[in-house]
Amino acid sequence: MRYAIPLVVLGVLLAFFTVGLKRDPRLLPSPLIGKPAPAFSLPVAAFPNTDAAPLKLGNAEFAGKPYLVNFFASWCAGCQVEHPYLMTLAKQGAVTLVGIDYKDADADLRQWLAARGNPYAPILVDLDGRAGIDFGVYGVPETFLIGADGRVLHKHVGALTPEAFERDFKPLLGAGS
Amino acid sequence: MIPELGHFALILALGIAFLQTVAPLLGYQRRDAKLLAFAGSAAQAQFFCIAFAYACLTISFINTDFSVAYVAQNAHTDLPMVYRVSAVWGAHEGSLLLWMLMLSGWTFAVSVFNRRIPAELSALVIAVLGVISTGLLLFMLLTSNPFDRLFPVPMQGRDLNPLLQDFGLAIHPPTLYMGYVGFSVAFAFAVAALITGKLDAAWARWTRPWTTTAWIFLTLGITLGSWWAYNELGWGGWWFWDPVENASFMPWLAGTALIHSLAVTEKRGLLKSWTVLLAILTFSLSLLGTFLVRSGVLVSVHAFASDPARGLFILIFMAVVTGSALTLYAWRAPKLATVGDLHLFSREGLLLLNNVFLVVACAAILVGTLYPLVLDALNLGKISVGPPYFNAVFLPLMVPLFVLVGFGAVVPWKKGKAGETWQRLKLPALFAVAFAIVVPLALHGQAALLAVTGALLGAWTIVAASQDVWRRIRAKPSLVAGIASVPRATWGMTLAHAGLGIWALGVAFVISYGFEKDVRLAPNATTEIGDFTFGFVGAQEAKGPNFTAQQGEVTIERGDHSVTTLYPQKRFYPSQRNVMTESAVDATLLRDLYVSLGEGFADGSWSLRIYVKPMIRLIWLGGVLMFFGGCLAASDRRYRLARAADRKLALDGGTQAA
Amino acid sequence: MAVLLLALAMAAPAFAQVTVEKPAIPLTAEQEAHLAELLPDLRCLVCQNESLAESRAPLALDLKYEVRGLVASGKSSPEIKQYLVDRYGDFVLFRPPFDPRTWLLWLGPFALVLLALLVLMRQIRSSRRDAAAAAPKPVDDAALKKLLDE
Repeated sequence: MRYAIPLVVLGVLLAFFTVGLKRDPRLLPSPLIGKPAPAFSLPVAAFPNTDAAPLKLGNAEFAGKPYLVNFFASWCAGCQVEHPYLMTLAKQGAVTLVGIDYKDADADLRQWLAARGNPYAPILVDLDGRAGIDFGVYGVPETFLIGADGRVLHKHVGALTPEAFERDFKPLLGAGS
Repeated sequence: MIPELGHFALILALGIAFLQTVAPLLGYQRRDAKLLAFAGSAAQAQFFCIAFAYACLTISFINTDFSVAYVAQNAHTDLPMVYRVSAVWGAHEGSLLLWMLMLSGWTFAVSVFNRRIPAELSALVIAVLGVISTGLLLFMLLTSNPFDRLFPVPMQGRDLNPLLQDFGLAIHPPTLYMGYVGFSVAFAFAVAALITGKLDAAWARWTRPWTTTAWIFLTLGITLGSWWAYNELGWGGWWFWDPVENASFMPWLAGTALIHSLAVTEKRGLLKSWTVLLAILTFSLSLLGTFLVRSGVLVSVHAFASDPARGLFILIFMAVVTGSALTLYAWRAPKLATVGDLHLFSREGLLLLNNVFLVVACAAILVGTLYPLVLDALNLGKISVGPPYFNAVFLPLMVPLFVLVGFGAVVPWKKGKAGETWQRLKLPALFAVAFAIVVPLALHGQAALLAVTGALLGAWTIVAASQDVWRRIRAKPSLVAGIASVPRATWGMTLAHAGLGIWALGVAFVISYGFEKDVRLAPNATTEIGDFTFGFVGAQEAKGPNFTAQQGEVTIERGDHSVTTLYPQKRFYPSQRNVMTESAVDATLLRDLYVSLGEGFADGSWSLRIYVKPMIRLIWLGGVLMFFGGCLAASDRRYRLARAADRKLALDGGTQAA
Repeated sequence: MAVLLLALAMAAPAFAQVTVEKPAIPLTAEQEAHLAELLPDLRCLVCQNESLAESRAPLALDLKYEVRGLVASGKSSPEIKQYLVDRYGDFVLFRPPFDPRTWLLWLGPFALVLLALLVLMRQIRSSRRDAAAAAPKPVDDAALKKLLDE
């Protein structure tokens, strides 16, 4: 019997590998899910009006209904990919889309949005990446759904796709109130 | 045309590999000498097909034929010639072809150097190797064909990953693969023995040189990899416990255990089923490594384009090869059970203990490497298992192993005597203790625990290991006669064990007494590290054949006199828009001074990483000594292999005997 | 380095990530030692497999700065690790926490040594008994052949 032990160990390993093949080892679940969203208070980007007064917005201003927080940047390739879909989402108007421009130059942002359109309700600026750290952002684009009660309901890493939105975000939009 | 010829040669090789598997098995069952003898011819024909295909791919690279997709992805017209040749194995498809070349090469070698081996056994070994060939060729042709054409043909290639444009890394993968693949021969010997049920001291003697040879390559490959990482990655580390490194280290540990247990099986006819299991495991761990690297199931520094389809294929392949071998083992191994008097305090007993620690160390690395994957598969969250874990678990397991090495060379087979052993080891022990106290204090003024332990174990291993040779030489009238009287195998063992000791010294000292500093320096600013003053002169543009670079100039002084000037580079490769750090090192046996460039700032200042690494050269020197030790052991007279000319005679004789 | 490759690959649209120059945080010698001890235990999240001590990825540099600030403010290692775990999860720790999930990881190898030594001892004892009882028996060729033919 003991001569069969190696075979059993192999079987167990192969089973784990089969499951492991379907997982992405780089995809990290957020420890923030179910917890109140990190406190942020960030300056509003000077877009589209270059002469807008410097104004800060934070959690309090968005409380009361669910909203999406989308970390993006003009230098990020995945953001280009998801951008057209964000434009569609904005047109549908199902949910407020808060953009946080992550470690980006103001001029680059303006040029980028001028070419592609602006899907965001407000764009906040996270120039030094501190808000990113508080949200546990490790690779833009990342999209968070924050409920009406201010809790983080879901996090999506990478370009947001219609499938991911319908599957993961939509069912949660009514929750958290 | 050339790529099509290569592709055709691969298909032909697949057919031959299939015959190479089936014919000998049929021949064995029917006791048909002709079918058995076909194995060797098939192996040789297969080798020529693969070599031809390999040559075709190399020619496509030299001509930068971008109509071949693989060439277009991994070459560039500016790529220097030497890297065009090494680019063949620069990515997944080509490295698989290299694997195949080596596998068929090893099989070819088995078919040639089999004079003393019964024809039956040799044919079965070739048949088992044929199974592996068939699987790999199918894998290559179905999922990873290096000869796939690209249309439209691009004007320019995407170039070889700049990381790989380094001589050390160019030769590192082939050496490593030679080791991985070489263990397939030991595996095949083990499976063949399980099929025939004949496993004796002679079997162990035939298997040993093949195993040692594979181990030599793996040792060298790992050492080269470590040395390369140290020079190229820019942060002064020499081992990172990355999954890919672990993937090469596990077969090394298992292979080392195998070499030792084979010695017991050869000398005493004991541990048969254990030795067979180790032979199966060693090669299976090589396959596992291939799976881990190429399937993308783990996060690792190696960026083979991961593809789940490929991962699935290797997984199935592993299930078939290892699974059937272990099934055979579960069925046949009980018959190999040996009866013999085994004492713990004897050479075989100590070798068995050595096996315990080597195999458990290997298992610990396996557990640590796979644990994140297992937890994730069970939905228990994502964790990281990194160097702090491996150091905490692996190093304690090594301590008893080093103690054992000293005893192993002195305690006789069958049964040792405590008194006699003490007589022979008391001087080495005394020396090791003195060394461990004096050297750290003398060189660095303080006795760190790790340094003392490392020095103790290292010195003990070196001196105790050399004891045997020393006594043999002293027993002869002259030094020359003495040196000549020591068998190569003994020299090899001594050298390898001394290498291990030297490695331990290097590890302990570099961890205990290394300095590092991450510092931002303006031009002409200086910083002090240890006794050294590093002065940053400034950075300038420099140009290479296919890159541009910022080259820093750093002067190093100790006290009042200048030690050296280093020129670390930060290179930009336009073809892939890649940035690489090229660190600069001033090395002596006692210390390395290491500088690499970080980021440049607008005011001309740069962030620099500066390291002082005491005795780090000993780590690679130890690896090289183990390599030479292995070479000596594998070339011992006992194993001196038959020349090709004798082959036919041996085949005929062997068949008649069967 | 792997990180630099990644950052540059992402920079394809010709815009580049902005690096804000932050004020230097001075540390005492003990704090420097604390930081040096802490950083190798923390994983760079965007790199392939590097610690914060080694990595030069922008995010790693940001996190390093953050950790430096926490060290300067006198936080202990467990507090700093918790700060990061709260944001990024256990993945950020290169030294996995000791909890029921990781008992096998931390204790497994040492349990295995004990088990192996135990098996070895039993093996040796039984080998002596057997050796005393019987002489080695040669493998039965005929029986094997029969098995194979089946």
